[in-house]
Amino acid sequence: MSAPSGSTVAVRGKLERRRRRIRVSRDGLSTLAFLLPLLLVFGAFSWYPIVRSLVMSVQETNLVSTLTFVGLDNFARVLADPLFSKAVSNTAFFALLALIIGYPIPLVLAVIMSETRRYKSLLSALAYLPVVIPPVVSVLLWRFFFDGSPNGVFNTILGVVGLGPVHWLGDSGTAMPSIVIEATWAGFGGTVIIYLAALLSVPRELYDAAEVDGASIRQKIWHVTLPQLRGILFITLILQLIATSQLFTEPFLFTGGGPANSTLTVLLLIYHYAFQNSLGGDYGMAAALSVMLAAFLAVFTAFYFWLTRSWSTTS
Amino acid sequence: MAAKPYGRLKGLVMVAMAIATVGACSSATSTPTATSTAGAAGSANPSSSASTVAHKPVTISVGVLRPGATQEATDALNLQISEFEAKYPWVTVEPMEYNWTAPTFTAALAAGTLPDVFTIPFTDGKGLIQQHQIVNIDSRVRALPYVDKFNKSILANGQDEKGQIWAVPYTAYGMSLTYNRTVFTQAGLDPNKPPTTWDEVKADAKIISAKTHNAGFATMATGNTGGWQLTTMTYALGGRMEKTGDDGKVTATLNNAATKAGLQWLHSLRWDDNSMGATFDYDWTSINQAFAAGQIGMFTGGSDLYTAMVQNDNLNPADYGVTIIPLASDPNAGVLGGGTLAAVNVVTTEAQRDAAVDWIDFYWMNKLLTQDGAVADAKALKANNQAVGVPTLPLFDKATYDQTQVWIKDYINVPTDQMTPFTSKIFDEPLVNEPTKNTQDLYAALDPVLQAVLTDKNANIDTLLSAANKQVQTILDKG
Repeated sequence: MSAPSGSTVAVRGKLERRRRRIRVSRDGLSTLAFLLPLLLVFGAFSWYPIVRSLVMSVQETNLVSTLTFVGLDNFARVLADPLFSKAVSNTAFFALLALIIGYPIPLVLAVIMSETRRYKSLLSALAYLPVVIPPVVSVLLWRFFFDGSPNGVFNTILGVVGLGPVHWLGDSGTAMPSIVIEATWAGFGGTVIIYLAALLSVPRELYDAAEVDGASIRQKIWHVTLPQLRGILFITLILQLIATSQLFTEPFLFTGGGPANSTLTVLLLIYHYAFQNSLGGDYGMAAALSVMLAAFLAVFTAFYFWLTRSWSTTS
Repeated sequence: MAAKPYGRLKGLVMVAMAIATVGACSSATSTPTATSTAGAAGSANPSSSASTVAHKPVTISVGVLRPGATQEATDALNLQISEFEAKYPWVTVEPMEYNWTAPTFTAALAAGTLPDVFTIPFTDGKGLIQQHQIVNIDSRVRALPYVDKFNKSILANGQDEKGQIWAVPYTAYGMSLTYNRTVFTQAGLDPNKPPTTWDEVKADAKIISAKTHNAGFATMATGNTGGWQLTTMTYALGGRMEKTGDDGKVTATLNNAATKAGLQWLHSLRWDDNSMGATFDYDWTSINQAFAAGQIGMFTGGSDLYTAMVQNDNLNPADYGVTIIPLASDPNAGVLGGGTLAAVNVVTTEAQRDAAVDWIDFYWMNKLLTQDGAVADAKALKANNQAVGVPTLPLFDKATYDQTQVWIKDYINVPTDQMTPFTSKIFDEPLVNEPTKNTQDLYAALDPVLQAVLTDKNANIDTLLSAANKQVQTILDKG
């Protein structure tokens, strides 16, 4: 066999490059074909509304009449609205309560469930069940529980021990905690599943070593489990904070922001700006507050990750 | 190989061209012609023989089916639609579920998804006209033979400042005190002697709560209905929520003495007497449901609630009682009056607008003005167990109203005796229109005030009203 001449090699190389180019361009086309529906859907239903909100935040419009450019007036009006500070403080209060009540519960349950030897699948399914129930159904169900009359479910239970009745949703002091309780019940299942998955990845040897060292269950959780989960814990914490900042469904369906604005959240205020007046809402103010909320969450998230960057590794 | 992609492209272009062609054809067929417009406009007069003129088919959607309506109510509507389509064979009517609420209306208005014919409260008429969010139907309505018979102050709700008609009033009501006769009886009260003063309402509410464990008196408080009810009470006590100066400038007067007295009265019912039950977040729908379920002794609402309660809430007719709102001795005291307008969507063709006015004429007006219309409507409703004879206020004059009642006398199926406390007195009562400027904003600002009084024993009424007044004045100043 004779060695190929230089010109033959050059021709083959050229052909190979052309084939690769064609393959790449074909791959590119098929990638684009697969991406296109996704891009279109995201573009139409996510990116376009985001851009439109940004534009509307500097406009005065009722979506029918001619719109007017008003600069930062909408932002100034939002900041001057006494309901704005009320909504922010209510949202912060909800976030705090959710952090105290709602954040540890899934972790504790996940740890207990991971230690359970039997019925683990059944327990996981039961824990996840509330997530499967549509939020509207959950809220309607819990309205019965929170019925403020002596015949309400919770009040009947309290009545057995001589307490109540409590106007759960009809009292400014108890309305927000009541919503937190329902929201925690409705959302903890998803977080439990995440924690359970994370717990499976904790090396068994670490627990064995701790046992050899005579560690108690509490010490094993504190010194092994939590440090191993801290990456996940930080992620779920920021996700929870973002979710609580966007609380809408529960106060909307339970109380409409009442009584006396005690459950008015930022998102509910945005909704009120846009839809409370049947003659066309103040969409400019609604968009301005939406932009402010998005900007706050973006900055907060960036700051959070910067702050926890050195703690969040599981290694 | 290289030819294939171009082949696909060629195919795509051809498909796109085909779709574009079909689209062009379909839109061409729905374009109204001058002939059809003129013909249909002529048909607006029900007495004309418009059906002899050539018309192109037209379809309109009408928002007249209340969500959750019973099958019988739907059947009654379908019967009326078939009668309309027989009279106007070129028009196809598509009924749509529709119920006006402030948030859903705003969203549908902005999204352009309202029916071609929809209804709005009197309070929204001026604002929608000013913003040109409904159609000017002046020439079409003025072609109707009875337009001059309208009560001028009622028609004004659908007119612009030049007197052009943009919306047609089709029902008017006065606020009333609705009470449950069965609950009254259970509490040992005489259902034929409902309270006539606010003190008597308070006393009866206390008795009902104590003896039946139901709410003696309840009030709507959410979705702007709290402000509506508080305004009703304010009017009854002689106060007003807005004042218009000589220069036309409107000033908010939410912190007036009558509103304070009304809130103080409610506070006393709630906290001293404990006679308002345990639910303080009722809106229009939920308070009707609770009333029909026998959980409420009394509440203030429109005089025409009976229809909705029968259609949606399975009200036992024997439970229903209605009387006039007690009025204070103040010379300014009056009954808050309101009503509903029928309007046409801006996203309609000329032919659809003609058909829409024909529908308004047929469905809402004929039954008030012609014996045939009144009887046909009553017959259709009665055949499907729907309410006939619910007390409303005259849109035209009292004589026309009385005449209509005579025409439908044989079909009336509501318990008129139980409505006598209202119908025997309301025509002598002074009616006062709702606040004219930014009404829904005003009501929205009052909702939390009412809620605070009902849920916080230490609520400071003066502070709450001052804050709400400031909030509304800011909105009024913005214009």
